[in-house]
Amino acid sequence: MSAPNKSYDPVEVADLSPEAIETAVALALEAIAAASDLDSLKEARLAHSGDRSPLALANREIGALPPAAKAEAGKRVGEARGQVRVALEQRQVDLERERDERVLIDEAVDVTLPYARRPVGARHPLTTIQDRIADVFVAMGWEIAEGPEVEAEWHNFDALNIGPDHPARTMQDTFFVGTEDSGVVLRTHTSPVQIRSMLDRPLPIYVVCPGRVFRTDELDATHTPVFHQVEGLVVDEGITMADLKGTLDHFATAMFGPDARTRLRPSYFPFTEPSAELDLWFPGAKGGPRWIEWGGCGMVNPRVLDACGIDSERFSGFAFGMGIERTLMFRHDVTDMRDMVEGDVRFTLQFGQEI
Amino acid sequence: MRIPLSWLSEYVDIPADETPETIGERLVSVGLELEEIIHVGNDNTGPIVVGHVLSIEELTEFKKPIRFCRVAVGAEHGHPDTPGERGIICGARNFAEGDLVVVALPGTVLTGGFAIASRETYGHISDGMICSERELGLGDEHSGIIVLPPNTAEVGADAYPIVGLGEVVLDVSVTPDMGFCLSMRGVARELAHQFGTQFRDPGTELVELPAPSDGEPHECAVEALEACDVFTLRTIVGFDPAAASPHWMKRRLILSGMRPVSLAVDVTNYVMLETGQPLHAFDGNKLRGPIVVRHARDGESMETLDHVQRELHPDDLLITDDRGGIGIAGIMGGLETEVDETTTAIVLEAAHFASRGIARSSRRHKLSSEASRRYERGVDYMLAPYASARAAALLLAHGGGAYIGMNGVEAPHEPVRIPMSAELAGRTAGTAIDRATVVERLRAVGATIRDDQAEPLFVEPPTWRPDVTDPADLVEEVLRLGGYDAIPSTLPKAPVGFGLTQSQRARRRVGRALASAGYVEALSYPFVGVAEFDALNIPADDPRRNVLLLANPISDEQPGMRSTLLPGLVNTLRRNAGRGTSDIAVFEMGAVVHLREGQTTRGVTNPPRPSVSGRPSDADLATLESLLPDQPLHVGVALAGSRTPAGWWGAASDSSWADAVEAARIVADAVGAELTVRSGATPAPWHPGRCAELVVGDVVVGYAGELSPRSCEEAGLPRRTSAMELDLDAVIARAQAVVTAMGLSTFPVAKEDVALVVDAAVPAQDVQDALVAGAGPLLESVRLFDVYSGDQVPAGKKSLAFSLRFRAPDRTLNVDEVTAARTAAIESARVAHGAVLRG
Repeated sequence: MSAPNKSYDPVEVADLSPEAIETAVALALEAIAAASDLDSLKEARLAHSGDRSPLALANREIGALPPAAKAEAGKRVGEARGQVRVALEQRQVDLERERDERVLIDEAVDVTLPYARRPVGARHPLTTIQDRIADVFVAMGWEIAEGPEVEAEWHNFDALNIGPDHPARTMQDTFFVGTEDSGVVLRTHTSPVQIRSMLDRPLPIYVVCPGRVFRTDELDATHTPVFHQVEGLVVDEGITMADLKGTLDHFATAMFGPDARTRLRPSYFPFTEPSAELDLWFPGAKGGPRWIEWGGCGMVNPRVLDACGIDSERFSGFAFGMGIERTLMFRHDVTDMRDMVEGDVRFTLQFGQEI
Repeated sequence: MRIPLSWLSEYVDIPADETPETIGERLVSVGLELEEIIHVGNDNTGPIVVGHVLSIEELTEFKKPIRFCRVAVGAEHGHPDTPGERGIICGARNFAEGDLVVVALPGTVLTGGFAIASRETYGHISDGMICSERELGLGDEHSGIIVLPPNTAEVGADAYPIVGLGEVVLDVSVTPDMGFCLSMRGVARELAHQFGTQFRDPGTELVELPAPSDGEPHECAVEALEACDVFTLRTIVGFDPAAASPHWMKRRLILSGMRPVSLAVDVTNYVMLETGQPLHAFDGNKLRGPIVVRHARDGESMETLDHVQRELHPDDLLITDDRGGIGIAGIMGGLETEVDETTTAIVLEAAHFASRGIARSSRRHKLSSEASRRYERGVDYMLAPYASARAAALLLAHGGGAYIGMNGVEAPHEPVRIPMSAELAGRTAGTAIDRATVVERLRAVGATIRDDQAEPLFVEPPTWRPDVTDPADLVEEVLRLGGYDAIPSTLPKAPVGFGLTQSQRARRRVGRALASAGYVEALSYPFVGVAEFDALNIPADDPRRNVLLLANPISDEQPGMRSTLLPGLVNTLRRNAGRGTSDIAVFEMGAVVHLREGQTTRGVTNPPRPSVSGRPSDADLATLESLLPDQPLHVGVALAGSRTPAGWWGAASDSSWADAVEAARIVADAVGAELTVRSGATPAPWHPGRCAELVVGDVVVGYAGELSPRSCEEAGLPRRTSAMELDLDAVIARAQAVVTAMGLSTFPVAKEDVALVVDAAVPAQDVQDALVAGAGPLLESVRLFDVYSGDQVPAGKKSLAFSLRFRAPDRTLNVDEVTAARTAAIESARVAHGAVLRG
């Protein structure tokens, strides 16, 4: 609020006539409308609303008016200034919005530029599928058991009821360490981990054993001398073959969806009795759902329990096993074993970090 | 084992609604593997008939001899111009005028799509084809056309059933416990209880033999009864060496995948396929003295039927006569006593050998035969005299001669009785199976149960099931016969578990962290050889060369187990580079093998073999453990090319030693271990000036850095390949199991930067360590943010710029306190490394 102008310079006396005010407002509104950006609006504000603007000067004159004229002039000037202020505010908002919108346009980039600066890595699908399998069983309360790859023949064969003359114990199948009678082999299956579990763990036992195993096959499209298996072992009181079936059915659906199921066929393994081949009804098979030979299983042979010092009258158990490579091959339609073992990063990168 | 259904049906009635597919499914459900259902010659169509060769005209003007034959083919099949006859060109020469042959008439399409039509060839109209086995899809035989025995069939008769076209053969594979199914007898028995129809046992229905004629049957003795508990010889004299096998027998042998040879050989094979009892026919006139079964003697050798001279081992069981070995028992006969086209006296051996010895000898001589396959799996010890009677009867019927009689040796047999609770089968299956069912199924597989109300049941397994020794084996029989599909599906209740172990969690985190940092996992073979160590310039005395050796490696180039991940990483890198991936970073996590103190690369001899009848003693288990090498889990990376590629954002950044060191930090961080990087030992293949020693706790766990230029070149790697390898088990073992949280000070931080000039050779880490040691407890953190060497510092020096942050837990630090701490830090670096504050 400016103070009344007691000592005014008559030369500078602003015209308070309605015409003059009207003209000043018109000029102000014109300038505001003409302001095309925030800078020119700032200039217009200074010129038409600043301290030296005609309306501001007019306002100052009001105090010098006779009291009778004050009210009318005050109202006129006040309204005029209000009109200009609203116009300025409105224009400010509009121009700011325009500016903000223009910034968004001006700053636009080509987002399709390749952004692959960070090198991309991946875990091997054989690793991630083993984790996936482990997770299925850990969720059921089982634990993951492990053992050495260079293994005592006793754990790999003898304790599993594979006698000294079993054909599997020949150099056609088994890598012997040192000499053929050193008593040490590269484990031919993950079953010795079952033996170690039965020797070391308290009963009951619920474990899965994923791991790398070795057979003397040359590498080709369907064979590799180094491959992976996962085996499961349960030893508890009252364990039945129905428990084996239920566990396998659950495993199958966890891995392959709710339509997956399993089928058992009589077979023979020295370490299980009864023994069965395990077929999987694979709903996602290329060319339509079908039965796939998945692995082997059976009730732990009481002789194996005996060799581990477990009372086979009181405890029974089941075991199952399957090849990880084979599982990966049919689950992901991998057609050549060599792609999995040669370490070509193009193979592994297809799978990303998880399966 | 190939099973022609027409043959099988002699021993079991196959219900009319069974198809080859359903029969196959039944065999699978009892435990046989169905390989294939073979429809023999099923894709031949059109008229194939029996023909009678009337005349043969030899055509000699062509490159090879050709015959133009006139063949009677029956009234309705003849050519219109020559009723009942056709003229046919034929290149085979194994037939004569008057023979019965198989003729494919025009209009026939033979297997493989070969259409027979009347056509002119070799100057004659050929009006059909005289067929060989192969042309009809019956077998591989193509050395001549099929000649049917005289009077096999009427001329013009449909030849399909006569030669076996349209037969169905099931090809099944047999698991080691079901050796009895390597015979029609065994398979028919399995099907009989599946069908619920009658089984006619070809094994025990003793064939009527003619009364023995005068003469002494060939004599025999067994010196090794534990290896041969049944041995029989039947003798036939006056046998017609020219006698041919009957057509039906040949046809069945062919369908079963065997080649007919001669009557004597065919009969032994036929009876073996029928009953499962291997048989051997000796030429009686070639034998010298009695046959004796004994173990081989040192230095003994003999020539087997396959014309191989075999050096024998004292474990080999031999069939001998006065000259020595005339057969390796249960595996293969000898060449010298073989039956041939002059044989008129036959001595027929049928025996029972212990399976273990046969398996060993078969492996030792790398010789597997139809006989050894059966003996290894176990043959019915009752069967020998029955099967040899069956064979002798067939020989007499088709080859004539006189039966002289049998000599034999038999060790007494203790009957096996297995006590088994009647409830065991149901308890094992998880569903009730009543006593009557258990008894019925066990009897169906041939077991004897004298008292079916006894508890436990005393079960005598059938003599053809030597694999059945335990109650669990009987349970399998009961469940198998009921079908595994009858077993319900339930879930066992596992107790609550503890989840993954710390090590298992740590390994997952390491793999994920490295993958997130751009490394791709490779799983290479753990086999290494000298060449790989050489290429990496690993010195001759380096302990990593001391690898555990395999007795039978896949490749002699890589006979050892890896002691380091580097060879595998390097191979992976090179392979990828060779396939065009030049910017590459790979990692591997896996066990390596390190010999323990006192272990040799060749392992031990005479290892302990604890009994498996009960848990071995702790001492025995410890001894077994002591045979094994250390197998720590390592993790390693290798990288080459650009770490970040060039792009619109700027230039590429090359991968370097620093990435390799960072990979170690990533591993340590993922595990929660504190890693110290220092310059120290720099083993090959690293660049001595660009290799960091990785320390966790006070243990050197590995190395990281650039590989030496020479190693890169000799290993065929890209220039400036970098790598890291560390002992992950050692890192995990030193990880903080539980982090102790520090209280956070909310008082302000005081930041001080110092630049110190030191000799270029002084490691930055050492200077930093000195700063930390001198700064005292107020120092919150220190970070090196710049390294400079050049005009602004004296030659041979470098400037290290550190950013120090000071903070107290309980107050705002004043200027004097901060200055004092900073000065103390600099003084410490000066004393330790001659560091001078840069002006």
